[in-house]
Amino acid sequence: MTEVGSAVRLSIEIALWCVVLGVAPALGLGWVLARRKFRGKSIVSMVVLAPLVLPPVVTGLVLLDLLGRAGTFGGALAAIGVEVPFTFAAAVIAAFVVGLPLYVMAARSAIEAVDPRYEEVSWTLGVTPWRTFWRVALPLALPGVAAGAVLVFARALGEFGATVVLAGNVEGETRTIALAVYHLLDAPRGGSATRILAATSLALSFAALVGYELLVRWQRRRLELHDAYER
Amino acid sequence: MPTSADDAAVFRIEARVTLALGALGLDVALDTRAPALAISGPSGAGKSTCLRILAGLERRATGRVVIAEETWQDSTRRVFVPPWSRRVGWVPQDALLFPHLTVLSNLAYARVADRTEIDRVAKLVSAEHLLDRWPRNLSGGERQRVALGRALLARPRLLLLDEPFAALDRALRVELAERLRSYCRDRSLPLVLVTHDPADAAALADEAYEIRAGKVVAVV
Repeated sequence: MTEVGSAVRLSIEIALWCVVLGVAPALGLGWVLARRKFRGKSIVSMVVLAPLVLPPVVTGLVLLDLLGRAGTFGGALAAIGVEVPFTFAAAVIAAFVVGLPLYVMAARSAIEAVDPRYEEVSWTLGVTPWRTFWRVALPLALPGVAAGAVLVFARALGEFGATVVLAGNVEGETRTIALAVYHLLDAPRGGSATRILAATSLALSFAALVGYELLVRWQRRRLELHDAYER
Repeated sequence: MPTSADDAAVFRIEARVTLALGALGLDVALDTRAPALAISGPSGAGKSTCLRILAGLERRATGRVVIAEETWQDSTRRVFVPPWSRRVGWVPQDALLFPHLTVLSNLAYARVADRTEIDRVAKLVSAEHLLDRWPRNLSGGERQRVALGRALLARPRLLLLDEPFAALDRALRVELAERLRSYCRDRSLPLVLVTHDPADAAALADEAYEIRAGKVVAVV
């Protein structure tokens, strides 16, 4: 039973870390992709979206190649005493990389849905683009960005492939709900724990989807997407 | 009408700008000291674009814009003052009130104005009873009036109005035009008005221009 508790707690912790760590890159990349025109934009977009279409196991392998002891950055990190693979941080990184495309896409479409002329009005009122982002674009896009955060949370809860490659299956450290379910399938008398984990997973995912739907509606209301037709 | 040489300098608007808009180009050639001018023309001719050029929102436009001795754009010298440094009061046709802010917060958006100033401007645009409302609960005419108030409270150096009274009824239109005219006179605030309504143009403007075949020409 403690194994169940620890897996649920770990999963939620990792998912929350993904939500927090992803805010800045999601907003930055989302804004750049929504509002800026530049050469190589589609390449940036493709790199960001890649983890969405790659098998998570492959994403995990790429991460291991980068962060493993013999990897591109892993050697340098090991030299200063930081070991990433098979730690809690590795589980966060794996779930983060796999979930980030959802975050960026949500932020991008939320910002794209905001009429850029609101920002233009703000500029003409003497407010710089940076402050305009905080005062106009972000508040208007916020529900959509939050919906992205909820999706990322849900996606991180279910992450398996990249996590098992980069973070392994260490109880209390990297054994999340998905890994615990997989682990318990083989264990004798693991049936009831598996069912509890599966039920928890279902409940969390369903709650996340309800939250997502509510936030998307809020975004539509905020941008007056109904009112325009009612008048 | 300008009363002194100083006023004439304040009211000087010089804009010689071209903008390629797909197949249709727009040629703006204005040089005036009239405190208020109206630009009219058929829809799609580029009236709103003229205002966007003056506001600094059309980066692709090339040429020269000088307002009251201050150069806002000079493509040959690579001068381009960005919109946030121009201090224009742009009132777009569909008002574009910030939907996440109340009327009061919309009015006070540009800077922290003291309450008496906000109340004075709210009264000027007949919006004093709307301060706690949300933009989504306003009629089209109310939105336009609040947008005008928001622009005035930014203390602009040039007022740019895009069909500002289109959604107002005739009586309020005349009254508001009258109030706005004296407000602008008292503060030596030049204005450029885009409208297809000759009555609006007559009520507010001292000089009239028209867009014909992509060129802004004076109406004689």
